[in-house]
Amino acid sequence: MALTGMDIFKQLPKTNCGECGIPTCLAFAMKLAAGGASLEACPHVSEEAKAKLSEASAPPMRGVTIGEGDYTLKIGEELVVYRHEKTFFNPPGYALLVEDNEDSAAIDAKLALLKETSYERVGQILRADLVAVKNTSGDVNTFADVVKKVTGAIEYPLILMAEAPAIEAAVEAASLAKPLLYAATAANIDAMAGLAKKYSAPLAVKPTSLEELAELTDKLDGMGVKDLVIDMGTRTLKETFQNLVFTRRLALKKKQRPFGYPTITFPAEETDDDMMEAVHAAVYAIKYGGIIVLRDLSPEKAYALFVLRQNIYTDPQRPMQVEQGFYPINNPNEDSPVLVTTNFSLTYFIVSSEIEGSKMPAWLGIVDVDGLSTLTAWAAGKFVPERIAAFIGKSDILDKVKHKTLVIPGYVAQISGELEEELQGWKVVVGPREAADIPAFLKSFQPVMA
Amino acid sequence: MAFQAPLESYSGKIREITLGSDTQVAVGGENTLPFYTFEGNIPNRPRIAMEVYDTEPVGWAGELKSAIGDVWGDPVAWAKKCESEYGADIVCLQLASTDPNGANRSVDEAVATVKAVLEAVSIPVMVYGSGNADKDGEILKAVAEVAQGKNVVIGPAVEDNYKSVAAAAMGFGAKVAGETPIDVNMAKQLNILMSNLGVAVDSLLIDPSTGALGYGLEYCFSVNERIKLAALTQNDNMLQSPTVSNLGREVWKAKEAKISQEDAPQWGDEKKRGIIWETLTAIAVMMAGADILIMRHPESVKLIKKTIAEFGV
Repeated sequence: MALTGMDIFKQLPKTNCGECGIPTCLAFAMKLAAGGASLEACPHVSEEAKAKLSEASAPPMRGVTIGEGDYTLKIGEELVVYRHEKTFFNPPGYALLVEDNEDSAAIDAKLALLKETSYERVGQILRADLVAVKNTSGDVNTFADVVKKVTGAIEYPLILMAEAPAIEAAVEAASLAKPLLYAATAANIDAMAGLAKKYSAPLAVKPTSLEELAELTDKLDGMGVKDLVIDMGTRTLKETFQNLVFTRRLALKKKQRPFGYPTITFPAEETDDDMMEAVHAAVYAIKYGGIIVLRDLSPEKAYALFVLRQNIYTDPQRPMQVEQGFYPINNPNEDSPVLVTTNFSLTYFIVSSEIEGSKMPAWLGIVDVDGLSTLTAWAAGKFVPERIAAFIGKSDILDKVKHKTLVIPGYVAQISGELEEELQGWKVVVGPREAADIPAFLKSFQPVMA
Repeated sequence: MAFQAPLESYSGKIREITLGSDTQVAVGGENTLPFYTFEGNIPNRPRIAMEVYDTEPVGWAGELKSAIGDVWGDPVAWAKKCESEYGADIVCLQLASTDPNGANRSVDEAVATVKAVLEAVSIPVMVYGSGNADKDGEILKAVAEVAQGKNVVIGPAVEDNYKSVAAAAMGFGAKVAGETPIDVNMAKQLNILMSNLGVAVDSLLIDPSTGALGYGLEYCFSVNERIKLAALTQNDNMLQSPTVSNLGREVWKAKEAKISQEDAPQWGDEKKRGIIWETLTAIAVMMAGADILIMRHPESVKLIKKTIAEFGV
């Protein structure tokens, strides 16, 4: 049963040493009770207390890492059912499915494309996370060969979908670090648990029902295999969705340890239609998928799925921010208009997309105001003349244009006079209030040439 | 230990509202979260309202042109196709050309288009103004009058024009969609204001505004979800109206949906890209609780209908 912060506090050394990163033992205890910290952060807790607390202080959903190095994926450790309650923490991993009986050249092409399918958006790299290799051929050596080939082509961690002998051969042949072993069932649980221990690798569990799931994870936990990922065993949208909701609730609301693990879902095995596959993946990215395995991650689907995941896993309390600076849109030149707005990502996206849509070249200046929208940033004293003038002064915009005309958002019209005083020699023009009116504005607007 | 499904129950329910006259369509009525059929009833699946524009679109994605270009510019033909070919539940006539900052078409012209579309289809019709609050106040009044007896939805009623739009809806028996900018309290407030004017609560729909995938979808998702949770778990009467998401318009503005493959080879197949952008936006708002999805591309509509069917709703 879950302990209260006070129960935990009694077991701590009460030194307030702060080495856990939290100033007092009481505050640390409260954080542990809420599932927001790990007992391992305390270097002074006694072994006896550790044993007493480990069960209760573990986060309600275990965090699991797959792979090692730069491309490690961490999933799990979610604390809420709805993102607005706090935030979703560890974005699900998208995995591309490769079967070991596929044509060799086709596998090469798929992996080359996957590697290229990487984008930057709002300062984050958006890409797939894993490759799932499936032993469809049933042959141990073929599987090991394909796994080796995959690791040679791409550095993403792997999911090895096979029985124990093939998995062992592949891990040895490719010297893999912490691949996800897929999957322990009632029939092979001992062999799979043995491999998971031997290679310190995370292990997926595939039951035939949620009841059996609890039996399997309990047994594995007892065997000391704790880094688990759960497959619901279902392969329809309706059933998988229901089980994702159930396991999330059981883990977080009912604090049932056997369900307290991240999940793995298989749109790849639920439909043959590439568009519906992306739809299933989207549903699981929104609600409670930990790993999402797809057959087709072509760029048009991948990019949309990556952006969806980024949107859903944005911290609702911390707006996404765009880097400060000048952004050229539609190949501007020295005569093109100069506009400024704030670094709230939504403001940036809407303003830049309206400028793009207008087909009129422009320089868009993004001022760092801690990610607030224009009016909010102005009200908070951040989107103000001194700050905008400092931004312009530090930038190299005058190397790019030969005029000194600056367009500001209509919502902050009131700062235009003061901004002109701060920006000696510049003319400040008040632009539209709404981004949608920018195209019409740009069509008739000309900077005043020096 | 026997496995016990962790079911939850809800104290509230979304109001069920019937739209249209010839072929009627009910929206709302659910007493659980979207697709949580394991613990509640969803008598009406999310409905798809397909967009019809009152004038020939300019600057739309090439993929839209190849899909619906044969009918655009002819709202009657377009609306008929939505009903007979694309499987729309509702037609959403967007009176974009009435915008004073655009073509600035007159009230009379708008009324003529509405009349023609109403005569052409038997499924329910929603009529959305251009978004210019003053002009919409005028236009929607005339629209409600000409559509009397057809049980249409007019919108969007906004802070600056809700009095005239609500009066028109009351006077001529239309439903009204109130639009507020991505905020639960403002959505509730507008509903309160309109019901205080005398609009029956079962004539009110909530349009909490939509941000497309990559363009504020996260805000729109959580606002929709919070509205549904307040309606269902806190039994908040003023948030129990069915919700509308005007997403087609937002999605197809995004460059990811419309840029050519030549200009953005890294984003892959141009034909599928816009469709997937619209489909995933629709999936997100639907999973967050939207009861009516206003959509544009027939293929996106097909995918959403297939998804709803797979959920067994």
